[in-house]
Amino acid sequence: MRNVIIIGSGPAGLTAALYASRANLQPLVIEGLEAGGQLMLTTLVENWPGFRDGIMGPDLMAEMRTQAERFGAEIIRGNVAKVHLSNHPFTVTTSDNSYQCRSLIIATGASARLLGLPSERKLMGHGVSTCATCDGYFFRGKPIAVVGGGDSAMEEAIFLTKFASKVTVVHRRGTLRASKIMQDKALANPKIAWEWNSEVEDINDTAQGAVTSMVLRNNVTGDQKELPVDGVFVAIGHTPNTSLFKGQIEMDANGYICTHTGTRTSVPGVFAAGDVQDHVYRQAVTAAGSGCMAAIDAEKYLEGLPQHLGEAQMSA
Amino acid sequence: MASEKVQTLTDTNFDDSVIKANNPVLVDFWAEWCGPCRRLAPTVDELATDYDGRVVIGKLNVDENPNVAFRYSIRGIPTLLLFKGGQIVEQVVGLADKDALKKLIDKHV
Repeated sequence: MRNVIIIGSGPAGLTAALYASRANLQPLVIEGLEAGGQLMLTTLVENWPGFRDGIMGPDLMAEMRTQAERFGAEIIRGNVAKVHLSNHPFTVTTSDNSYQCRSLIIATGASARLLGLPSERKLMGHGVSTCATCDGYFFRGKPIAVVGGGDSAMEEAIFLTKFASKVTVVHRRGTLRASKIMQDKALANPKIAWEWNSEVEDINDTAQGAVTSMVLRNNVTGDQKELPVDGVFVAIGHTPNTSLFKGQIEMDANGYICTHTGTRTSVPGVFAAGDVQDHVYRQAVTAAGSGCMAAIDAEKYLEGLPQHLGEAQMSA
Repeated sequence: MASEKVQTLTDTNFDDSVIKANNPVLVDFWAEWCGPCRRLAPTVDELATDYDGRVVIGKLNVDENPNVAFRYSIRGIPTLLLFKGGQIVEQVVGLADKDALKKLIDKHV
């Protein structure tokens, strides 16, 4: 039996682990498929306080992990397949094992959203990508496109100019959603071209099994055009990873977990932190902050439990 | 480090080790600089142990072996291709958990 299980190992999960371990709760962290979270796919993080010259995303996550482990957090590889939240203690099942816990912190984050085109799925790994740092290398000297208008689209576009001959940003609006500093960087980059008010109708060529071009439709003029590219990087936002909890916990219409008075969810003893419950701020530092809150909330919850509860049962 | 049961595949040995192999072969396309590839590596190692003698599990470094990567239009890693009788029968792009991979492999053994 665990005091607290934390699902997810991004900034929210690992900060929760740090605080819970320092509170002597011996947390178990199940890291998940995308261990380390979204920062593992970034390069230089310039808005994490305390690093005036920035820090590489994967390095920051490695530090957080080591720091949590130093205080006794147990971090295991594995992906949660099932949770059972209607009985207390809760049950968390991975492919290898089943665990019981008195409190649960959900920090499963969010994953890249796709356009939803059949051709996009077929060409994934053959020119369509959601990870510039993983796949940018394959497009040396080639023209590519980035779809999206937020911070991550700008970061990917700027990063990809190191490899590509030309990066075209395709955005469905006439203005960017990205922060001013990222906009300025991208707009000043001579290798970045812009397709405003443009939506992706299709990606060619599924018959060849490789990306050759994309079909764009201007949503103001209605004009269609074909843009020759060898790669398409999709950066149109994220969807929360909450399918595990459907029907067991209150969520909003977009699948984000609803939290109240801190990080409490609709199930007492279950807390949520980071992007899985935040579609507004979505920053590493706010995720970490809510991870800290979840650990403190879980600690308070555990203090209020009758001592005997669950102690008789041991985990499998 | 890769498990000793994992074969190192190259542009040179690919046809003999994969295309002409009697058993199904799972090929992991990877590179040093690819973070998600490093995360997938332990799973691939475990599969090599689990399927020892039934399925060959191999790794192909796309930097050192551009010809094979080009032949299969690999433009994103990690990518796993399962070959049987020289043909691709399954393809997985990006991270996947061990159970999902086992289900795919089990369809072909």
